[in-house]
Amino acid sequence: MAKEALFGKTLGELQKIVAGFGLPAYTARQIAGWLYQKDITTIDEMSNLSKNARLLLNEHYEFGLTPFTKVQTSTDGTRKYLFAAGDMKFIEAAYIPEEERSTLCVSSQVGCKMGCLFCMTGKQGFQTNLTAGQIINQVRSIPETAKLTNIVYMGMGEPLDNIDEVMKSLEIMTADWGYGWSPKRITVSTIGIIPAMRLFLAQSQCHLAVSMHTPFEEERQRLMPIENVYKLSEVLDIIRNFDLGRQRRVSFEYIMFKGINDTPRHVKELARILNGIRCRINLIRFHPIPGTPLESSTDEVIEQFMIDLNEKGIRTTLRASRGQDIFAACGLLSTKELVKRQQEDY
Amino acid sequence: MEERNPLSLKEYKVIANDAIAPGVFVLRYRRDFTFIPGQVVAVALHPAHQPRMYSIASGMQDEEVWLLYNIRPEGELTPPLSELIAGHSIFASAPSGSFYGKAAPAVWIAAGTGIAPFVSMWRSGIRRDKLLIHGGRFLHSFYFEDTFKGALRENYIRCCSNESGDGVFHGRLTTWLQQQPNLPTDRKYYLCGSAEMVVETRDILIEKQISYDNIVAEIYF
Repeated sequence: MAKEALFGKTLGELQKIVAGFGLPAYTARQIAGWLYQKDITTIDEMSNLSKNARLLLNEHYEFGLTPFTKVQTSTDGTRKYLFAAGDMKFIEAAYIPEEERSTLCVSSQVGCKMGCLFCMTGKQGFQTNLTAGQIINQVRSIPETAKLTNIVYMGMGEPLDNIDEVMKSLEIMTADWGYGWSPKRITVSTIGIIPAMRLFLAQSQCHLAVSMHTPFEEERQRLMPIENVYKLSEVLDIIRNFDLGRQRRVSFEYIMFKGINDTPRHVKELARILNGIRCRINLIRFHPIPGTPLESSTDEVIEQFMIDLNEKGIRTTLRASRGQDIFAACGLLSTKELVKRQQEDY
Repeated sequence: MEERNPLSLKEYKVIANDAIAPGVFVLRYRRDFTFIPGQVVAVALHPAHQPRMYSIASGMQDEEVWLLYNIRPEGELTPPLSELIAGHSIFASAPSGSFYGKAAPAVWIAAGTGIAPFVSMWRSGIRRDKLLIHGGRFLHSFYFEDTFKGALRENYIRCCSNESGDGVFHGRLTTWLQQQPNLPTDRKYYLCGSAEMVVETRDILIEKQISYDNIVAEIYF
């Protein structure tokens, strides 16, 4: 049987492990330092641990890094990495280099339960949640780790549907005993799972991105089944009433669908419902997926939509499409073809 | 009836927790709120635990709340939930959500325990012009079939993937849908089930010229 991974354990979890072994309490911080601040890959390399500590750790644990199994490079420099995440399960992470920043888009689940009409990941259904270790392994195990300036939880899966492991991964990424990243360089995306979003807002300092895609409830119900459970209006109320401070940012993701959510009526309603929320909107071109009834708005319409929103006082930007030729662009990540078919109950 | 934050949990005493099929239960507790059929409640065994959402299966006029669930062996909630007996406590939220299949005519499509919101709608009197398609792995997977069988007759389609039986389509509900030459395009389709079922069913319906505007889905997660 495979041993449990140390990589991905929080300081609190490491403290419990060392206490269980009867090792000195400070050993936990030493292990955290080796896991997250040094470039080693085995427990044996943790040279300031006692021989007994290394023996005990090796007996019960492995270091726990997983190398990527495949990489594809786009003509625009975007790279898509494939990682195994258990038996016949795979995830993808997209590395997006730009002039002044380098972003890694990480996955939080294998597949997704949310079934959004426009998303390729949703078409493969849900296989499993990633552990914190599997999430941060995507950061650690690519060649560009040292170049990264930003991390976005916008890959496969709904991060807040895996809140416990996502919060642990954020703790490891931002703690002084972990990677020590500023939370202002990390953005977690959600479609608005309210209980988990409340927890994320209260217990993390990272930025929040909400997948909105239309301000109208009935339209959103058709595009995103989650609207039948957690309404956008309730999501907005929570954000409006939460003290985000000066540094923390909320953005709304808005994929532009031709003739569906790209009209002046939508601009007007967006201005109305976002009143009182310090935020920005990221417009995204739709990248068509097989069998979809949706099309992307034209560049002219998108441009006008952006101008109109900015004129209404809502800071609006258009996200560049990156990695489309290798299916690494927004909404295209999928490992469906690699996943063993699940037991169906229908 | 009381008004409260739909996300705060309140203690309720279990009235009954009956197995209705292998690994499938109906848990009942007293209703002290009004709700709309298709709404969900969040349920936990302790107020500090992360709750899970369940569709209400009982009707608007029923004095009890019924929750239909199956045991997920790897889950944290359902194995201990299935061991509760009358008098034990659960913690549940007020109802929320808006999966309300009141349109008529309409097609209701459910997989497994995804039948729950449709049972609630039916028991609440939403019955006119409905076609119900229910998919299950086994013949015992058609929960509440006594509710629908007599009343809906030929408008109650049961699709069983692992067993064959009288009046039951042997195959997946998606296969049944694919085999229909003319699905009506002028009505609403309400889907409830796993992400896989909803996404696959929605794709088939769109392929068969059903406008995505006419497809409303509830995914259990």
